[in-house]
Amino acid sequence: MSERGTEIDRERRRLLGAAAGAGVALVAPAVVVRALETTPRDAPVDGRVRWGLAIDTAKCAAGCTACVDACARENGLDLQHPPEGAEPADWATQRAVWVRKVRLRDDQTGRETNLPLMCQHCEHPPCVDVCPTGASFKRADGIVMVDRHTCIGCRYCMMACPYKARSFIHEALSDQLSHVPRGKGCVESCNLCVHRRDFGLPSTACAEACAETGHGAILFGDLADPDSAISRFLASEPTRQIREDLALNTGVRYAGV
Amino acid sequence: MKRIVYREWRLAPARYWGILGVLAVMVGAGLLAFAYMEHEGHWVTGMNNSVVWGTPHVFAVFLIIASSGALNIASIGSVFRKPIYKPLGRLSGLLALALLAGGLMVLVLDLGRPERLVVALTNYNFKSIFAWNIFLYTGFMAIVITYLWSMADRKGDPFIRPVGVFALLWRLALTTGTGSIFGFLVARQAYDAAILGPMFVAMSFAYGLAVFVLVLMFGFAEDRRPIGARMLRRLKNLLAVFVLAVLYFTLVYHLTSAYGAKDQGLEGWLLFDGGVYTTLFWVGWILLGSLVPLGILYHPVRGAEAPWVAAACVLVILGGLAALAVVIIASQAYPLQLFPGKTILESGFLDGVGGQPAPYHPTLPELLLGFGGVGLALLITAVGVRVLQFLPESLADEVLPIDEETIEQPVAKAA
Repeated sequence: MSERGTEIDRERRRLLGAAAGAGVALVAPAVVVRALETTPRDAPVDGRVRWGLAIDTAKCAAGCTACVDACARENGLDLQHPPEGAEPADWATQRAVWVRKVRLRDDQTGRETNLPLMCQHCEHPPCVDVCPTGASFKRADGIVMVDRHTCIGCRYCMMACPYKARSFIHEALSDQLSHVPRGKGCVESCNLCVHRRDFGLPSTACAEACAETGHGAILFGDLADPDSAISRFLASEPTRQIREDLALNTGVRYAGV
Repeated sequence: MKRIVYREWRLAPARYWGILGVLAVMVGAGLLAFAYMEHEGHWVTGMNNSVVWGTPHVFAVFLIIASSGALNIASIGSVFRKPIYKPLGRLSGLLALALLAGGLMVLVLDLGRPERLVVALTNYNFKSIFAWNIFLYTGFMAIVITYLWSMADRKGDPFIRPVGVFALLWRLALTTGTGSIFGFLVARQAYDAAILGPMFVAMSFAYGLAVFVLVLMFGFAEDRRPIGARMLRRLKNLLAVFVLAVLYFTLVYHLTSAYGAKDQGLEGWLLFDGGVYTTLFWVGWILLGSLVPLGILYHPVRGAEAPWVAAACVLVILGGLAALAVVIIASQAYPLQLFPGKTILESGFLDGVGGQPAPYHPTLPELLLGFGGVGLALLITAVGVRVLQFLPESLADEVLPIDEETIEQPVAKAA
């Protein structure tokens, strides 16, 4: 055996070291990011939080559909297309809508109001009461949504919702977003961008878009936290619930209606 | 009074298979309609996000409540001790089972995800009146089968009355429960009314009996079995009383709604400006479905003639479908009252702009599915009466039992 054979191959060591270092450098951030991401997804939903929206109708502009468009983009509703052969007038009644703009006129005074209307995330949601399988449910953090694995498509929740907030998927879907699974024959509605909650992201698509247009009519936040912006707004402004008579304690409140 | 003899339905094979063929085509067309709706999605129906329950539900609810009502004859015979009805108890039970099967077929095949029926049978939300109804429907099937056994088997004799009482209470719960599917909904003005429960009970009596009488008349006429004047008079008087009961509940329901300002918009629309729904209400439900049949049934001459009584039954059934179309579809078409005192000028989701009702146009697949349920109910009945002894051989006056059981006079007995 030559002397050369017993020598340490420093070149080889350096190469291995560099390779290992590069490997760690490549993998580590992904591991760290993954850990950060999964924390909220792995933890149970926090019941001390109650997510909600406050709508200042005075700031909601006529003709603006920024919230509706943002919701459609965020949840893949802009990917739905009329099935071949569907009449446009019929399709308008059958496509899914999670948030819509409504313009009202007071019969007595003639005053006009604009507002976005979506699932009101009731504390006592009639849609949850009536669902035979329990697919329509309320999370501990107040978000009312549909479990798409147990929804049988009976539409009784749509009969029961006082806000017409829910949509039934009338057509086969060919395109959807991975974070918002949708499926023919199930019912769906606004879920306060629940994927954002679970990934620990701020706000909702509608509130964000409304703020970006400069209107700032939609405020998203924690109703259970007295120091949150939404709670401070609700404490200072007179607001009301739509269909207050039903005593559902909605998670969406309106000022100026 | 002679002993009641039951016999299978003895029709010439060609005639019988012809009838079965027609019914099988109805069921087949219903299944094809289901396959089409299931494959394409519900966009091929007229149902939409505003009118979420449509024609299939009108048929399904009609068949389900008629099922409960069809058992009335058995109940009156065994629970209320009117022996004259006893010969009809078996047919009454069979028809109740068959109608329920037809109704449930329509209801299940209209689901958005019918393949998840097993989910509905294994996941229950016990606060849901719909979930209660799943138990009420399946329980009703089991009870009626037991009831039929008690009526048909000699060993079952001591059980007829207790099972009959249980079946009566169960079906009252079932029909009240079906009415409460709508009555419990606080969201819609036309619902949120406790009276819908008893109103559905009255409807079930009327529609179930109308179906029963028609099936009985057809079955007997085909096999040349006689129905005597006594039985016909009993049945038509009973039907008239039930139709009157439905009218009474209808009157109370609408008077209550029309009284307060809150629901006057709804009543004004439905009773005067609702277009096709106003027509369905006045012409279908009230005139043809109630007043004309009452005129026939209480007519001194026509009311005793079998063809006229059959015509009255047909009208009650058509009126019943019209009534349920009003209760189910019109109530959804009328916009939700989201902002009282305000008019909606624009909406991105058909919120009743300017007070306009939501559109709904029934399509062929929906109708075929509904008729498929009717076909299944009649198919089960036709097979049942053919293979088992459900039909009495005769309902002629002289073979019928007495009308009512009389209380024995102890004094007379002692003497």
